[in-house]
Amino acid sequence: MSARERIAGNVANYVDERTGAAAWMKKNLQKVFPDHWSFMLGEIALYSFLILLLSGTFLTFWFDPSMRHVVYEGSYQPLKDVEMSAAYASTLHISFDVRGGLLMRQIHHWAALIFMAAIVVHLLRVFFTGAFRKPREFNWILGIALLTLGIVEGFLGYSLPDDLLSGTGIRIAHAIIQSIPVVGTYLSFFAFGGAFPGEVFIPRIYIVHVLLLPGIFLALITVHLMLVWYQKHTQYPGPGRTEKNVVGYPLMPVYMAKAGGFFFIVFGITAFLGAVASINPIWLYGPYTPGQISAGSQPDWYMGWLDGLVRMAPPIETYLFGYTVSWNILIPGLILPGIIFTGMALYPFIESWMTGDKREHHLLDRPRNVPNRTALGVMSLTFMLVALINGGNDIIATHFDLTINQIMWFSRIGIIVLPPLAFVITKRICLSLQRADRELVLHGKETGRLVMLPHGEFIEIHEELSDAKKFTLTQHEQPKAIELVKEDARGVLNPKGIRARLQARFSAANAENIAKPTAAEVKELESGHH
Amino acid sequence: MSKELEPLADPGLPEHIHRKADTDPIAAKRAERQVAVLFSLSAFGTLLFIYSFFFVKEDQFIFLPVMGSTNAQQLGIGIGMAMSLLFIGFGAVHWAKTLMPDQEVIAYRHEMRSDDADRGEFVKAAKEGAELAGLGRRPLIKRSLAAAAGLAGLPAILLLRDLGPLPGNALNETSWKTGTRLVTDPGDRPIKASDLEVGGVAQVMPELPAGKKRTLEDIAKDAVLLIRLRPAEFQLDPERLSWTHEGIIAFSKICSHMGCAVALYEQTTKHLLCPCHQSTFDVTRAAKVIFGPAARPLPQLAITVDADGYLIAKQPFTEAVGPSFWERKS
Repeated sequence: MSARERIAGNVANYVDERTGAAAWMKKNLQKVFPDHWSFMLGEIALYSFLILLLSGTFLTFWFDPSMRHVVYEGSYQPLKDVEMSAAYASTLHISFDVRGGLLMRQIHHWAALIFMAAIVVHLLRVFFTGAFRKPREFNWILGIALLTLGIVEGFLGYSLPDDLLSGTGIRIAHAIIQSIPVVGTYLSFFAFGGAFPGEVFIPRIYIVHVLLLPGIFLALITVHLMLVWYQKHTQYPGPGRTEKNVVGYPLMPVYMAKAGGFFFIVFGITAFLGAVASINPIWLYGPYTPGQISAGSQPDWYMGWLDGLVRMAPPIETYLFGYTVSWNILIPGLILPGIIFTGMALYPFIESWMTGDKREHHLLDRPRNVPNRTALGVMSLTFMLVALINGGNDIIATHFDLTINQIMWFSRIGIIVLPPLAFVITKRICLSLQRADRELVLHGKETGRLVMLPHGEFIEIHEELSDAKKFTLTQHEQPKAIELVKEDARGVLNPKGIRARLQARFSAANAENIAKPTAAEVKELESGHH
Repeated sequence: MSKELEPLADPGLPEHIHRKADTDPIAAKRAERQVAVLFSLSAFGTLLFIYSFFFVKEDQFIFLPVMGSTNAQQLGIGIGMAMSLLFIGFGAVHWAKTLMPDQEVIAYRHEMRSDDADRGEFVKAAKEGAELAGLGRRPLIKRSLAAAAGLAGLPAILLLRDLGPLPGNALNETSWKTGTRLVTDPGDRPIKASDLEVGGVAQVMPELPAGKKRTLEDIAKDAVLLIRLRPAEFQLDPERLSWTHEGIIAFSKICSHMGCAVALYEQTTKHLLCPCHQSTFDVTRAAKVIFGPAARPLPQLAITVDADGYLIAKQPFTEAVGPSFWERKS
């Protein structure tokens, strides 16, 4: 035994005698994780979060979250002797007078954008593959909570520097709070410590941004990962993969090296972006004052859809019984987002009710094999995309030589017309892809090689798929529609009435699929028939 | 399941194919060297970081294609840091892919559900626990506890009361009083009608008593935009027309939608546009909303001139400025 092994053994013995960790470690170091590029998306979000913690901590060493008025004396000449808040002045200080400060600011901002993008793409992967199904509904809800908090955290973060752009964002948030019926005026006076902008808002959101929300994030992410660990990861269908097993590589050493390496790659790419791609150059905007604004004011992308909805809202405000209600702010700013996020959170339960499927699922769906869900997802995406486009309507107008009015009317009509259209088209595409899969399994791949038979007929040679491929394309289940029980054998009406009828209707729509090839059909074709 | 509907059989995991490095020691040695080179590149990145941090001047710029003139120190430490991180990552992943085992292994799942015996014992334990506490038998304890716990939440809410003052009438008031002079912003100079040419725009603020400093809260309510047109261009009712002076009309600059500064004036169409959500107001028709989400015109400030010929407010705003709120009188 070498000296090194002896020391390692001693340390392990010391720890295990006090914690009993060996049994747990033995089992978990060999934990199997399936391999697929789309499983890295959540990892990117996790690593971006760590980068945010590291770079954010660095920024707190210099950032002064105060709205106290100071006169800028730093090295950025264009703003010399300008009166501004300490928050803005200290952000300038970090950018120009702390070595690496600007790099860290940019890394922090880029990491936030990547964090949100990774969460959204990860969510789409989970949605379109059906990974949210039983037993993973809790984790889906945790994910939605993380997404929602991420949007808030990002908004608070880019509001902190108190520059002209971020101050305008706070102004809009203030108007949304103020528009809440009955209590809005009071809430806004409490949140801002009086009239807008006041002197307390930035110190308040600072502590929420650096302590409260990151703490909640850490807790939720921990539970999110523990559930992934405990429930074992889902896997894509394929030969040898079933609902009862998980096929992949062990944590030690393969995933430790890959995941650890991937953390460094994500960090490295973020650092590279921070080094070469300027983001949020607050020194160009100037300090915030409510009397000024810059043209082309844009929120960060994950807030863009919300701004787009607000922009396209029709100008409706009511004044009844002496009270004013701003529907033009309430509906796009609070009611619609509330419906969207609640609907998202509840989706696993809604789908399970629609299909009547209460079983556990560990094998992922190919999106085409669940046309209804896929179409619903594309429909929601289309809604968000139209809203996002309208959020940038001024930028689009100047870049593509359109008028804002044209884009606004496109969005107002498009947000109602395009999502249902997207649903229908997506569903048709899914069914066509199912048909193509069926063809592939039964008749093989087209090779493009034409052959003339002795009697003069031309045929194209089709190359038969491997058994593994055929199995992968036919492994999924095809759901059956729930039969509607109007009345039981004794003629008693189904007490669930409308609900049962709705469920039967949804499940019938879900069951609309192209029949997958059966073993008998494949065999028949293999025996020489063409 | 009937014979005809039987699905295809599972051919099982495909056979494992060995990589070159698994069988050929030379290939394995080559992979090892590649990993080492990647790790060395990371170390080189760290050196670049250190060099840029200490030895490149803060104000030194270099010209790069695409990026243009770039601060050399920023770029050096950024690229150095990116390299030092990236190549550790590349090295680790390359190591895992070429030299670590690549044979897939199978683990088995268990159903999440506990077995029936455990579930039964759990229910029993919970019931026994509740029974021992006697909650069911002692309703007085249960009810008084529920009431006390509910009330104990109140202090937590009340503690937040002093976050801010009550709104009072604050949202309905501005610094504009009858006779308040209009002063330029910036500059704080009183202005005469002749200071503004036809087609011109100016931002003004109410003149403050000597010694008082203008706060951001003041600006957020008081900012006013002056626009001068030819009097014949107005399409106003007689009252609103009387609020103008020699073709000069004054509006609150704070958007009636969400409070942004309505800063874009288009001279040819005489439209005011808010850059936040593109609400568009027609200056000739008392800032009527002609496009966008705003539901109300910008409040108009009645102006006239004093004995010295300086522009003054004829009266305070007749309505609340800025975004709507529940108690607003429309």
